[in-house]
Amino acid sequence: MVNFTQITVKDIAKEVKDNCLLGIPADYSGVPMSVTIEIIKNKTKGLRLYCLPLTTIQGDMLIGSGCVNEIETAAVTLGEYGQAPRFQDAIENSKINIKDSTCPALHAQLQATEKSVPFMPLRGILGSDLYNNRNDWSVIDNPMNNSNTNDEKIVILPAVQLDILIFHASKADINGNVQIGRRRELATLAHASKKVYVTVEEIVDEDFFDSELKAAATLPSLYVDGISLAKNGAWPCGLTDYYDIDTIEMSKYANAAKYQETFDEYMRDFISQNNYSNI
Amino acid sequence: MTEIFQSEIIISEISNLLKDDKHVAIGAASPIPGSAALLAQEERKNTNLKLQVTILHSQKFNNFTDGSRELFDASAQGRIDTFFLGGVQIDGEANINLVGTGRYPKLDKRFSGSFGSALMYFVVPKIILFREEHTPRTLVKKVDFISAPGISPPNIYRPGGPKYLITNKALFSFNKKKKNFKIEKINPEFTLNEVIKSTGFEFKTNKNLKYFTMPSQKRIHILRNLIAPKVLNFYPQFAKKLWFN
Repeated sequence: MVNFTQITVKDIAKEVKDNCLLGIPADYSGVPMSVTIEIIKNKTKGLRLYCLPLTTIQGDMLIGSGCVNEIETAAVTLGEYGQAPRFQDAIENSKINIKDSTCPALHAQLQATEKSVPFMPLRGILGSDLYNNRNDWSVIDNPMNNSNTNDEKIVILPAVQLDILIFHASKADINGNVQIGRRRELATLAHASKKVYVTVEEIVDEDFFDSELKAAATLPSLYVDGISLAKNGAWPCGLTDYYDIDTIEMSKYANAAKYQETFDEYMRDFISQNNYSNI
Repeated sequence: MTEIFQSEIIISEISNLLKDDKHVAIGAASPIPGSAALLAQEERKNTNLKLQVTILHSQKFNNFTDGSRELFDASAQGRIDTFFLGGVQIDGEANINLVGTGRYPKLDKRFSGSFGSALMYFVVPKIILFREEHTPRTLVKKVDFISAPGISPPNIYRPGGPKYLITNKALFSFNKKKKNFKIEKINPEFTLNEVIKSTGFEFKTNKNLKYFTMPSQKRIHILRNLIAPKVLNFYPQFAKKLWFN
């Protein structure tokens, strides 16, 4: 018996409302693919994706399925499987808006929300076309006399609060605490999000706070609004300590996604298969 | 004598550029720099100058525990000596473009994005630009989009920046004051004229131009027997194609 209400993957997908700002974890931090499929089935529209700091197949699928209106990211790529074709098509044909960013800026904007301060300074960036295309970024003179750079100019970035974050993790304990290991960016995302939903491979009969070692690798339940069991929930992406990326499926996707027609065909199959248990 | 692959020669050249480093970090999609760093680490294993290698896409070789922001925080603090950046386009003033070609935002050809370049290029002392394809479409007169600029005015905090550019045809050094590249080494399969023709920007020639150094049999042995199996763990497609096909 667990001390929290377990919900389903479908329940989580229903929480993703049209036009919301959705937090997207990187390929190494637990990609919630089982929920992504349900979002696509729901024909959710107008999503704004906030990637920390990049996305792979998850973002590409959502874009190809017409769920996305805007993306803020440092990269969209299929990694070793090449460029992200539906993303490329969407940008080259102005189907979605893009806020091109850089990894540390995506972190810093959420860190500002974690601290509840209105903005965060970050070095670098100036002189790039990233800066020139971002109306929401600004530059100030360093107001402190603590820099060896005379009259230092520094960029400030706005605090960003996410509407909802969904990620996949290995384990939850009986009290709804979630094991995130050293993927601390998931904690940053969670702290900066109004709602947080997690899918897990397993729910274990223990409390992570009974062990200092486990507690250090835990996202406490106080940041978590709902947990669903979803075995293989990151597939075809990998999950550390559980399974590797499915190279065959990724190659298959990379090929199919090259054209909208073959992507649509692929997605019809992908959606109709029962890839995930406990949906 | 065993056949040495082109990629192995470049891995070996890059490895030589890391000789005084204490900590090298490897970002996304960088199997060749990653192999070079692990090779340098292995060769220095029994010396006093140990090399720390952080490979972000690996579980075992990622030394960070504070999430993916730690790379950028550590770099800003000066804890990383060398980092690698690539580019869809690189120009003669070392501006790099990882976003795409054509007029932004509706580009002719969109690529992945700028990753961490807009900070890393400013704060890591030795940035090595690596782009295997050496053609007028990759090495251009002026990039279509600046993901990160090659040089900055004095009122911008910038302890770091470009030091080298390496391609499958040549190795260049970058002079921050003169804002130009100078050719240092050339792949013996190409002539200087061919390199000039395939480079979209002008670069400084070199009276002491050297050839790429062929890796020794010992180095190739280490690379294939000790490094390749490690690389297979975090860049499986690359490793399979080069070493395990």
